[in-house]
Amino acid sequence: MDAAGSQGRGAGRAAEVQDDAAAGPMRSRRAAKPVARPVFPFSAIVGQDEMKLALLIAAVDPALGGVLVFGDRGTGKSTTVRALAALLPPMKAVAGCSFACDPARPAQLCEACRAAPRRVAITVPVPVVDLPLGATEDRVTGALDIERALAEGVKAFEPGLLARAHRGFLYIDEVNLLEDHLVDLLLDVAASGENVVEREGISIRHPARFVLIGSGNPEEGELRPQLTDRFGLAVEVRTPQDLPTRIEVVKRRDSFDRDPKRFCAAWAKEEAATRKRLLAARRLLPKVRVPEAALEAATRLCLALGTDGLRGELTLMRAARALAALDGDREVTLDHLRRIASPALRHRLRRDPLDESVAATRVERALAEVLPA
Amino acid sequence: MRASPSPASAGEGRGFLAADIEQAARLLAVDPLGLGGAVLRAPPGAARDAWLAVLRSALPHGTSWRRLPLGVPDSRLLGGLDLSATLAAGRPIAERGVLAEADGGILLAAMAERMETATAARICAVMDAGAVVMQRDGLSDRLPARFALVALDEGIAPEEVAPAALRARLAFHITLPDSVAAAASSAVSAAQDARTLLPHVTLNDDVAEALCAAAAALGVDDPRAALFALRAARAAAALDGRLTVSREDANLAARLVIAPRATRLPANEEDQPEPPPPEPPPPDSSAQNEDQPDRGPDERDLQEMLVAAARAALPAGLLEALQLRDAARKRNGAEGKAGARRDQAQRGRPVGTRAGQLRSGARLALVETLRNAAPWQPLRRRERPHGPPIQVRKEDIRLRRFRHKAGTTAIFVVDASGSAALHRLAEAKGAVEMLLADCYVRRDQVAVVAFRGQRAEVLLPPTPSLVRAKRSLAGLPGGGPTPLASGMEAAAAIAAESTRRGRTPLLVLLTDGRANIARDGTQGRPAAEADALAAAAPIRLAGIPSLLVDTAPRPHPFAKRVAEAMGARYLPLPAADSARLSGAVAAARPA
Repeated sequence: MDAAGSQGRGAGRAAEVQDDAAAGPMRSRRAAKPVARPVFPFSAIVGQDEMKLALLIAAVDPALGGVLVFGDRGTGKSTTVRALAALLPPMKAVAGCSFACDPARPAQLCEACRAAPRRVAITVPVPVVDLPLGATEDRVTGALDIERALAEGVKAFEPGLLARAHRGFLYIDEVNLLEDHLVDLLLDVAASGENVVEREGISIRHPARFVLIGSGNPEEGELRPQLTDRFGLAVEVRTPQDLPTRIEVVKRRDSFDRDPKRFCAAWAKEEAATRKRLLAARRLLPKVRVPEAALEAATRLCLALGTDGLRGELTLMRAARALAALDGDREVTLDHLRRIASPALRHRLRRDPLDESVAATRVERALAEVLPA
Repeated sequence: MRASPSPASAGEGRGFLAADIEQAARLLAVDPLGLGGAVLRAPPGAARDAWLAVLRSALPHGTSWRRLPLGVPDSRLLGGLDLSATLAAGRPIAERGVLAEADGGILLAAMAERMETATAARICAVMDAGAVVMQRDGLSDRLPARFALVALDEGIAPEEVAPAALRARLAFHITLPDSVAAAASSAVSAAQDARTLLPHVTLNDDVAEALCAAAAALGVDDPRAALFALRAARAAAALDGRLTVSREDANLAARLVIAPRATRLPANEEDQPEPPPPEPPPPDSSAQNEDQPDRGPDERDLQEMLVAAARAALPAGLLEALQLRDAARKRNGAEGKAGARRDQAQRGRPVGTRAGQLRSGARLALVETLRNAAPWQPLRRRERPHGPPIQVRKEDIRLRRFRHKAGTTAIFVVDASGSAALHRLAEAKGAVEMLLADCYVRRDQVAVVAFRGQRAEVLLPPTPSLVRAKRSLAGLPGGGPTPLASGMEAAAAIAAESTRRGRTPLLVLLTDGRANIARDGTQGRPAAEADALAAAAPIRLAGIPSLLVDTAPRPHPFAKRVAEAMGARYLPLPAADSARLSGAVAAARPA
């Protein structure tokens, strides 16, 4: 009853709020905005294998904690993230729910869904929500519906981007330029999985579990360490240096720009195959075993690198499991660990001002020592 | 076709623009969205007006032109709630921002060289999406915003340029000549036909590959550059009424799009010393040409021609400019680290507002707070009919945000050893005093480190007090051996501390470079020199702008090596010349 928990200001108003949360002005808004422009296909992105792999892994195991993509301009960072959105298979959600609750998980339903006498499941696309720079806090957390407040003098909660991103992805391009108070807010919600809004004497809490994807260019400012930590995987992207790859990048992009529909049609088969691989991996994931040897190797690797806390090991294991699932393997091998160690660990190394080498090199060095191929 | 009554053809005293530069304006008019726009680097004046006039005359009649002022707040840039209209209408009314208003037209960004990175990032996101994704003031909307942007860059110093992210999204980077000589451009009626023709223009694979190769040869990494080159070449063909891109079109594209972005000279150039490339060039770039046997001699030809064309279009003094730009980039990076802290500043330049609690020290943004409270007044009055006429609650509170322009902490590291004292400690002191006066004028903080004997001593921790700085120097005795490494370490520690405090350090090291005391206090030149070089590396890594002034009467190569190791500018000053010294420090000082 308390999805919009009014603090004893009268049942009538509480009901108002709740009705609104259930009917959700946002649903219609979501429907009213179809993706007009075709998106560059994920499978057509040239190179940048580590970035693509990290994003697929995050899609296989959303609990991993998201992906941070940092690097050069023009490496297709945001193109790839948007391409992932188009690739994701749709999900089931409770019809009419503002938070797209999962009907298969009664424990995680929002208050409104729990209170509803019956729930109808519908198929919706997985939300990939953009948090644009310049967004104001009220739109991020949700706030009172200004229209109804003005016109009817009624308090109705209008969910924000965090509600919209629940069960999906929240994408922040130029995450290093995001304003500090929004970063604090995101850290808080990402840690608790819940968004709490206090406004006009009403107090609303709703589930907000999403995969955080951030991208940026380090030349424009560094990311606060607290936020860096929060991402499960971190990828560094570089412009390809060999000519044939560059030519391919430019040619594909050019032909996409010239005729997007035709280009997407030409890649439809590859896209379908990638989607199938993703689905298969999700099914396989709970069955992937982690043998003792792999666990031990992961621990030794983290010790050798001096990563802070246990989060490094946990993420490394989870990512290796998801990678094994993507490969169709039922057991995590040392090879899986090797392939995913850099993205899982490079942002958890302590800074050493005397070590000029980039984090990736340090991970590689430790890999060569601990897990010689 | 309209007989264009363009301001350019109207004449009076319009200057003559180089053919290429003028053609860029026409190409942009043919494919404004595909080419994104241009950076127009020039002081305001006849040349700039002439270029804009060519663009205007070639665009369809009635294309809208909007100006984007410098320092525009988000509410004007992206749009938001139009408060007065909202209150009058009793329902939320959105106000479009400049970017949405520019849809379908040209956006002129004034003083782009001073544009904030944050503003540029917002504009870039909008250009990439072709729309403003507005999530502001309780409004959620997607407004079309497809425009070409002309960044008016009035920068004078090489490091004063428009933000890199923005430049990357604008095809042409044009530097206009200061003075213009002859008469104006003709009206372009061909542009309209060209726009119709453009979607049908084809470009052969070999041309695309040659343009990519030319970009690679000149160290242009962003694939957007090559894409812009393809589009510029197509636009050039269309403008000429052809359906196929010719060599000349590709040539023009290489000159206009690739050349201004060059970061290195082609590898096989012999008349120029090989510059240190910013990134190691692909080791196998020459091998790659052999890797592709299908590449006929004709094609190699084309590629070489394009590289040559772009090379010829490179401005003189390119490398010097590049080095300065790199230095500036590094500096900005260093500033970025301190950015978060500085945004919390309580003084400085106001940069918008943020939600927050009214604690001591925070400054209320009254108008914004009232703006936030306004829409809720009917609701609150209904709840508390007998409350005050304007009901403001704590969630309405908006605080001013300030960005404090990072002050500089100039750290003087003075070699007071016997060798230096012999040479001219007094002169060095005099020079430093002059610099101190300079720093005082600029409100810089000053710190003084002296090293002699066994170790370095911080004579003066960072202070804005000129008197104290002078006093600390005056009492500085000379003599003893040269523990150079210790001096540098002490300075680096102060630099790191001032970075943490949100200031930008500037390190000025005055020494004769005759290090002979190692870090552990032992005598011996080799160990002392090795330690000095080791102490230099962290300074370079931290990107601390620095200057090494060699005070030896006969400059010794080792001082120069130390300067290189710490990424410092090296200034041999065999004769006392405080004016030159002061100038050098001013140049090394972060902008």
